[in-house]
Formats: sequence, structure tokens, C-alpha cells
Amino acid sequence: MNAKRNKGEKPPKTPRKPGKVKGKVKSATKIARTMLGRVIMGRHANGMRRVAITGMGTVNALGRDVPSTLEAMREGRCGIGPLEFRDVERLAIRIGGQVRDWEAETYFNRQQIVLYDKFTQFTLLAAREAVTQSGLVFEGELGLRSGVVLGTAAGGMNTWDENYRTVYEEGKNRVHPFVVPKLMNNAACSHLSMEYGLLGPSFTVATACASSNHAMGLAFNMVRSGAATVMLTGGSEAMLCFGGVKAWEGLRVMSKDACRPFSATRNGMVQGEGAGVFVFEDWEHAVARGADILAEVVGFSMSADAQDIVMPSAIGAERTITGAMLDAHMRPDEVGYINAHGTGTAANDKTECAAVAHAFGHHADRLMISSTKSMHGHLIGGTGAVELLACIMALRDGVIAPTIGYEEPDPECALDVVPNEAREARVEAVLSNAFAFGGLNAVIALRKA
Amino acid sequence: MTEIRDRIIQIIAEQAMLDPSELKLEMSPQEIGIDSLGLVESIFAIEEAFDISVPFNANEPEKSDFDISSLGAIIGAVEKLVAEKA
Repeated sequence: MNAKRNKGEKPPKTPRKPGKVKGKVKSATKIARTMLGRVIMGRHANGMRRVAITGMGTVNALGRDVPSTLEAMREGRCGIGPLEFRDVERLAIRIGGQVRDWEAETYFNRQQIVLYDKFTQFTLLAAREAVTQSGLVFEGELGLRSGVVLGTAAGGMNTWDENYRTVYEEGKNRVHPFVVPKLMNNAACSHLSMEYGLLGPSFTVATACASSNHAMGLAFNMVRSGAATVMLTGGSEAMLCFGGVKAWEGLRVMSKDACRPFSATRNGMVQGEGAGVFVFEDWEHAVARGADILAEVVGFSMSADAQDIVMPSAIGAERTITGAMLDAHMRPDEVGYINAHGTGTAANDKTECAAVAHAFGHHADRLMISSTKSMHGHLIGGTGAVELLACIMALRDGVIAPTIGYEEPDPECALDVVPNEAREARVEAVLSNAFAFGGLNAVIALRKA
Repeated sequence: MTEIRDRIIQIIAEQAMLDPSELKLEMSPQEIGIDSLGLVESIFAIEEAFDISVPFNANEPEKSDFDISSLGAIIGAVEKLVAEKA
């Protein structure tokens, strides 16, 4: 609908004829494939636009920008270590992928800090890097046609934690007047729209561990449909505080020593914190201004297991992986690398490997799949965003980030998990998996630009 | 000791939505009808009831020091933890 309306509003300078489909076509799927499969410049034959990534930024346990993060991934460095915050000694789980020595004052002024929870701070810093790289200035028409969609699971958890402590533990009856605008899940999204004057569609999605993949998938579809020219997207999480980790401890799925995805010796997940923000831009718009295109977003799929609130389903994961490839018109044998959800729990890793094996058939033995959570930890609602960096590195630099901490093969995870050391390899197409608690799945497909 | 046993049976029975009389000591959590999430909740209830800390990681239940192979084993393990606390 949006594509139609926008087409009417602003017709392309040189009208392009839609690709002709000769002969009788039997199924709707076949029609969609034939039409979408044809790409003329920046547009698919059916009027759908191509989507370029023209900027990326991050803050996470491996680094405070993209170059340092990718360098750490190439070196297989671990950003997980002892947690440092108030009351940590009352926790059973004391490790995490924490952004160390974080001083908000380095990046923000007093007026900003009173309104920015840590998850907002991480988002804004990551966005600065991404927008600077893209070279975009959101003025006039572009500001009206650009928006923000971000993922987070817990929003301003540190703000909840600090203020509950104030009223419950310290018995005070007064809290800071900005607690609500600071902790709300859409705070980061709103501040980002204000920072850059983004006046188009803007919102936050919360689907636990799949939040940023859902956000990026929606941003992709908004640019592809023509509803927006540019979307800032990704996600953020800052749950590493006493209350945040205490809540996770209860589930008894956290490791006390390390995150070892796919290894037979794995004993749970390790939480991380930080943000990843990307600039998703209409391909023609990016080409017209001579932007450096980092990768192309080509497909997205989402689904629900409708089965269990914590246990993952191989069928649900497989459906979503296959769905993303169909949406991207990508053959399974084109996929060279998958950034796994790979949490390091007993349940996720074996389920995910079974799903990949089913979705790819014999090609499953030829592709590489790694979990970078072993290095930066599980950023929950922000994790897909930081992991997309590994996907872009694979396409752009030909470097596959490893799964570190790998000790012993697990017959239930018998895939090439790129153990411990990064690998050089040419890949043309990649997927990024996210399978959330609650059985909500989101998979994104990228191609080399 | 019977007090500990009865309390645990009560906790597990409540979790499984069964009458305590239906449980037998040799039954495994699975046989009682308790899944992994139910087990985590039962262990929490046991910790609260006896003010103890149960070493249990859902990722490697068989490797935990805490034996959960049967109702009887769970009772034995809790009795040990309660004794250690005293």
C-alpha cells in the first residue's frame, strides 16, 4: 500500500517497465519469485526497492566502535569478565560482557545524562558512529522520510533498579522527576529521532532476544516498500545491574565461568550489554549520492513457535530460516555463513543446529556457523544488532568471526562452528538468526554489496 | 527428617498438580510429570522452604552435585544440604 502511495506521490524520473512474465505461471510463489527476482538498478521489477546498509556503529564489551569490535572478533578476543557494579557480591553469577569503565560524562552533558539511561547512552553513541559513516544529513524532505526502529528487551533496567533501591531499600519517598521518560523502552528511539531530526515512522519493539532482529527486519521492510527512505535501526540493552542479573539467575540457565556455544562442555549463557545501530537506506538514494554501501539487506522472516515460553522449537527456527531465504530469493547453497543465535545453553544450541541441518540439507556441512556471543556475551534485545557486524565483516572483509571457548565437539551440534580462530573465506550471502524466549523467531538475510 | 521429606513431597505434588499420596520415592521428575521449567520452580520452592542454596544448572542437570534422578534422591540431597547448614 505504501509503495503504491509513494509511487503516486513521487514517480521515478525514468519510469521503468515491470518485468514481463512470459507464458502461464502456475503459483503465486512462482509469480513472486519471478517478479522479485528481477532487479533493475535499485528497484525490483515489482516496484520494491533495494536496501543498502550505509552506516554502522556499536558499543559493546569488545569495543566502543566498529573497528575495535571487528578487530577483537578477528582475534577471537573474549570481552567477558568479572562484573563490576553495586551488590555484585550478592549474586551467584558474577561474569558478563560488560562495557568497562563507562563514564557517561565522556560523551554526554549533565542535562542529557539525567534523561539518558545507559541503554539510551549506548544507542546514541553507536548511532553517532553509524550516521557519521553514512555521511547523511537529515534535512528537509529526507528528515520527513526517515525514521527509527530499535529493539530492546528491558529498556531502562538500570533506572528501575536504582530507583527501586531508593524507595524500597533506602526507604525514601521521593525519586527523580525524570524516572519515567528515562526508563521507558522507547526512550532510546525517541532521543535518536530528536538528535537527528528524523520525523518519519519511529518505534521500539520488544521481543526478548530477537528484539533487534525484529527491529532491523521491520526497518528493512519499510525501506523496501518505500514507506521510508532511510531508517536508523538496531538495538540496545543494559541489563547488567544487580536486579537484572538476579532475575536471570533464577532461571538457572546462566554459566558461572564462560559462554561456550556448541561445545559439549557448554553450561549456559553469559549476558552482555551495549548497542548496535545501522543506517538502512534506499539503494537508489545511496547510489545517487555516491555512498559507500557496506552490504545489501535482501530478506527477512519472522514467526512464532506457539509452543513453549522458554524452550525453543527446531521446526519454528527452520521455518524462519527458510522463510528468510525465500524472501531474499536466495538458494540455500548460496549461504556461506550464518551468525547463530548460539546462546551456549544446552537447549538452544542443539535445537538451532537441528534446524540448520534441516533447512540446508547437505549444504549444512559446507556452510560456516559461529556464535559471537562467546566474545561479547548475550546482549538480549541488542544482540542481533551487534551480531550483524560479524555478518557484514564476513561479506565485506572475507573474515568469519569464530566461536571461541570451544572445547569439545557435541554430536548434536555437528556443524562447522568456526572454533576458536577466525577464518578467511569469501562469502556472498549470510544469515543472522535470533530465536527469543516466548518462541519468537527472526532471521535476516544479507548479500555482498 | 520426615518433616523435610513431607515438605518436599508436598512441594513436588503441588507443582505436578497431584495428590501427595500419588508420589513414590523412586519416581523421576519426568515420571511425576515435571518438565525442566517445573523443576527449576520446584528447586526455588525448596530453597525458600529450607533457606538453603541448591547448586543446580539447568544446562547440565546430570553434572550438578544435586541429585535429581528421583524424588527420593532429591529428598536425600536436601537433607544433606540442611544438615550442612546446621
